[in-house]
Amino acid sequence: MSYFRAESLSLHFGGLKAVDAVSFAVEKGEILSIIGPNGAGKSSIFNLISRIYRPTSGRIFFEDQDITEQPPYDIARLGIARTFQNIELFENASVLSNLLVGRHRHSTTQLWQELLFLPSVRAGEKVHRRRVEQVIEFLDLEPYRDKLISGLPYGVRKVIELARALCSEPKLILLDEPSSGLNVEETGDMSFWIRDLRSELGVTVLMVEHDMSLVNRVSDRVIALNYGRVLAMGSPAEVQQHPDVVAAYLGA
Amino acid sequence: MRFLFKTDYEDDIRLFPHSGYFVSYGLLLAVLLIAPYVLSSYVMSQLVFVCIYATVGVALLILTGFTGQASLGHAAFLAIGAYTAAYLQKYGVPFPVYFLAAGLLTGLIGALVGFPALRLQGIYLVIATISFAFIVEEILARWESVTNGNEGMRIKAVSLFGVAVSRDSPTFYFLCLAVLVLTIVGTLNLLRSPTGRAFVAIRDSETAARSMGVNVALYKVKSFAISAAITGFAGVLFAHKLSFISPEMFTLQLSIEFIIVILIGGAFSLHGAVLGAIFIVMIDPFLTYLKDDMPGIIAGIAATFGAGTQAAANVQSKVATFASLNGLKGAIYGIIIVLFVLFEPLGLYGRWLKIKLFFQLFPLYKRATFKRQKIYVKSERNR
Amino acid sequence: MLDFVQQLVSGVALGCVYGLIALGFVLVYKATEVVNFAQGDLMMLGGFFAFTFIGMMGLNYWIGFAGAVAAMALFGMLAERVVVRPILGYPQFSIIMATIGLGYFLRSVSGMIWGTDDFKIDTPFSQGVLRIGSLVLADDKLSVIAATAILCTLLWLFFNKTTLGTAMRASSENMLAAYYMGIPVKRVVSIVWAISAAVATCAGVLLAPITFIHSNVGLVLGLKAFPAAVLGGFGSIPGAVVGGVLIGVIESMAGFYLAEGWKDVAPYIVLLAVLLLKPEGLFGLHVRKKV
Repeated sequence: MSYFRAESLSLHFGGLKAVDAVSFAVEKGEILSIIGPNGAGKSSIFNLISRIYRPTSGRIFFEDQDITEQPPYDIARLGIARTFQNIELFENASVLSNLLVGRHRHSTTQLWQELLFLPSVRAGEKVHRRRVEQVIEFLDLEPYRDKLISGLPYGVRKVIELARALCSEPKLILLDEPSSGLNVEETGDMSFWIRDLRSELGVTVLMVEHDMSLVNRVSDRVIALNYGRVLAMGSPAEVQQHPDVVAAYLGA
Repeated sequence: MRFLFKTDYEDDIRLFPHSGYFVSYGLLLAVLLIAPYVLSSYVMSQLVFVCIYATVGVALLILTGFTGQASLGHAAFLAIGAYTAAYLQKYGVPFPVYFLAAGLLTGLIGALVGFPALRLQGIYLVIATISFAFIVEEILARWESVTNGNEGMRIKAVSLFGVAVSRDSPTFYFLCLAVLVLTIVGTLNLLRSPTGRAFVAIRDSETAARSMGVNVALYKVKSFAISAAITGFAGVLFAHKLSFISPEMFTLQLSIEFIIVILIGGAFSLHGAVLGAIFIVMIDPFLTYLKDDMPGIIAGIAATFGAGTQAAANVQSKVATFASLNGLKGAIYGIIIVLFVLFEPLGLYGRWLKIKLFFQLFPLYKRATFKRQKIYVKSERNR
Repeated sequence: MLDFVQQLVSGVALGCVYGLIALGFVLVYKATEVVNFAQGDLMMLGGFFAFTFIGMMGLNYWIGFAGAVAAMALFGMLAERVVVRPILGYPQFSIIMATIGLGYFLRSVSGMIWGTDDFKIDTPFSQGVLRIGSLVLADDKLSVIAATAILCTLLWLFFNKTTLGTAMRASSENMLAAYYMGIPVKRVVSIVWAISAAVATCAGVLLAPITFIHSNVGLVLGLKAFPAAVLGGFGSIPGAVVGGVLIGVIESMAGFYLAEGWKDVAPYIVLLAVLLLKPEGLFGLHVRKKV
C-alpha cells in the first residue's frame, strides 16, 4: 500500500474538467513533483487534497485511511500541511504568531484553561515556542521573528509559509509553487531546504512547480499534467523527454 | 528608549514585558482605587459607565477586531443580559447567580447567532446582526409576561452578602471595575494562547487557517459566544446602573456607539477600547458644559477683545441658542467619526503611541513611520 | 381578494421606494465597493430640498423636482469629495464608518435647519385614483411604481450598455488596474455618488405622498432599504428593486394579516431565512477566493 494515494480523482466545474480521473501514489520519504502548463489542474489537485474543493468523483487515501470525506481542518490534523501559490499568511500578525498558528493541531488546552492561563497552558505555550524556534533556526528566519508580515518582502514571506507548514510537524507537505516569485539565489536556498526537509525531518514532499531546474534538483519522480489529465509519470529526465510533455509545452 | 534583552521564552509570554509596566499600571490602579473617595459622585457615575462601555468594547473587539466578524447587534446582547438579570431578580435569585446566568444565557444566544453567521461575509453579516437586534428589540417590546413590554422593568439595587449596594456607591463602582479588569485579563490570556491566535488567523485568511487545522466554524461560534457572554455580563451592570430598562434603550444607535468605541479608541487594541469608552461617555458631559458654560466664556472673550456689553450679550445669547439646538449631539458625533476616519485611523491609542515614540526618538522622529499605505483592495467579492 | 390586491399594490409601491434607496446603495457599491450607510439620509435631504423648492418657494412640482435632483447630485459629489475621496483605497471598514458619520451629521443638521416636524409635499398625483371595476388604486402609489420601473431600466442600460457604466464596473473590480487602463477612477467615483444622490432624491420626492418627510425618515427607510439591497444580492440593480418590492410586500401583508408587531420584524425574519439558504442573496454572485 502506498503512503498517499489519489484514485481517479476528478473535479468538474460545469463542463470544464479541471482535474480528470487523475491517479497517482506517493511513497513515504519521496519528493514527487507535479508539472504542467498553466491551467493544467495542478493547484486544483492540491485544493482537492486539502479539501478546499470537493472532488466530483474519486478517492484520496493517506496512510491507508480514506480522507476524501474528512472536513478540511482534519486534513492538517492527520499530518498534511500545505503552502499556497499566492501566499496566504496572516497579514496583520507577527511572524511568530503566524508560526504558532502552525502549531494549532498540537494544542490540547481548553477554552476555560486559556481564559485563566493555567500552568498547563503556559507549559504548552513553551513547548510550542521551542518547536517554532527549531523551525526558525532550520530556515534562518531569526531576524524576522517579531516583524509583522505586512512589512516583509515577498521572498521572506514565501519562506515563512514553508515555516508555518513545518511548525505543524507534518508527515506530508504540499508545496504549491515554492519558487514562484523568488530570485535565483532564493530558489537555490529553497531547493536545499526541500531536500533537507526529507533528509533531516523525514517529511514526504508533494510539490507543484514550474521551475524545471528546481524540479530536476530535488524530485525523485515527476508527474506531468495537461488539461487535467496525466501525460507522463517517471523520473525527471524521462518525463521531460516524453513526446506528449514536449508537445504540451511547445504546443506542437 | 528601552531595549529588552530576552533570555527565556517566558519573556514573550508574560503580560508585563518589563518592570516599567508594573509601575505605570500599578499607579493607574491606585488612582482608580482611590477615585471614589476623592472625586464627585457625578464623575464617579460617569466612570461606572466608562467601565461598562469599555467592557462591551473589549467584547466587540474580540469579535470584530480579532476574529474579523462585524456586528451591529451588540445592543441586543446587552439587552438580553440586562433583561435576564431583571427577570431573575424579580424571583429573588441572588446577585452572583443571576449575574452568571445572564452571562451564560447571552453567551448561548451568541453561539446560536454565530451558527447562521458562519456562511455570511462582510455586509451580509452586518445586516444579519442588525436583523437579529431588531427581532430581539421587538420580542422585548411584545413578550409582556416576561419583559413587561414597553413599560420597561425596574431593577432593585445589587444585594451582595445580604447588603444592598446602591448604584452610586463606591462598592458598585469597584464591582464594575473588577468586571472590566477581569475581562481585559481574560482577553489578554486568550490572545496569548491557541484560541486567540486561531481568531486572528480566521480574520486574516480563513483558507490558511483551515489548512493549518483550525476548525473555522467552531472558532467563529466560540468568538461569538465569548463576545456575547461578556456583553451579557456588562448588561447586568448596565441594568443596575440605570435601575430601569426598556426596549427603546437597546436600539441600533447603541450598537453603533459600541462600534464607535472601538473605532475611536483604535481598532485592534485593548487600550483603545478603554480610551474609546472614556471618549464616548465624555461626549454628554461635554455637551452639557457647552450648553451651560460656553456662552458665558465666549461672551467673556468677546468682551476682552473690545466688544461692547451689548455685543457681548448678543454673542452670548447666539452661542446659547446654538448650543441648545436639538441635533447638536448627532452632528458632533458625525463630525468626530468622520474626522477620526480621515485623520487618525489608528484612533486615540494610535495617537498616544505616536506621541510616545516622538519623545522616545526625539529628535529623530519621522512622520513617515506611521504613514498609512493605500492598498487599493481588489474586489472583496472574490473572497 | 380585493383587500389582498389593495395591500399588494401599496406594498409594491412602498417596496419601490425601498428599491430606489436600495438602488443608491447598489450603485455606490457596484462602482466603489463601498456600502454607503448615509444613503437613506441623502434621500431625506433630497426630500427636504424638494420641499423647500415646491412647498416653501412655491415652484412648479416638476421644476422643483428637477431642481432638487440637480442640487442633490451636486451635494453627492461634494460629499464624495470631502468624506470619501481622501480615504479611497483604504480598508472598507474605514469608509463604512465615514458614511455612518456622514449620516449622523446630515440627520442632525437637517433637523437644525428644517426642524423636527413632519412635512408633506403636494404632488400632481396626490388626489387622483384609478378605478378598475371595484378596485380603487391611488395615483400616487402607481406613480411611484411607474417611476421606479423607468429609473431602474435607465440605470440598468447605463451600467450595461454605456462606456461609463463599464468603466464603473471595472473600477469596482480592481481600482488600481482600472486606473492603469486609463479610467479616471476618481471622476468615476464622483459621478457615481452624484447619480446615487440623484436616485435617492427621486425616492425622497416620490415617497412624499406616501409618508411624511422628517429628519429621521432616512434612517428609518434606509434600514428597510439596506435589507432590500442585501436580499437582492448586493451589487445587482434588478436585485435591489426586487428585494425592495419583496420587503415592501412582506411588510404590508404582515401589517394587514398578522398581529401587531409583526409588520416591523417580518422583513428581517424573511431576510435572515433567505441569507441562511442563500448567503449571497437572491441575485448575488457567489465567487470564492482563488488560492
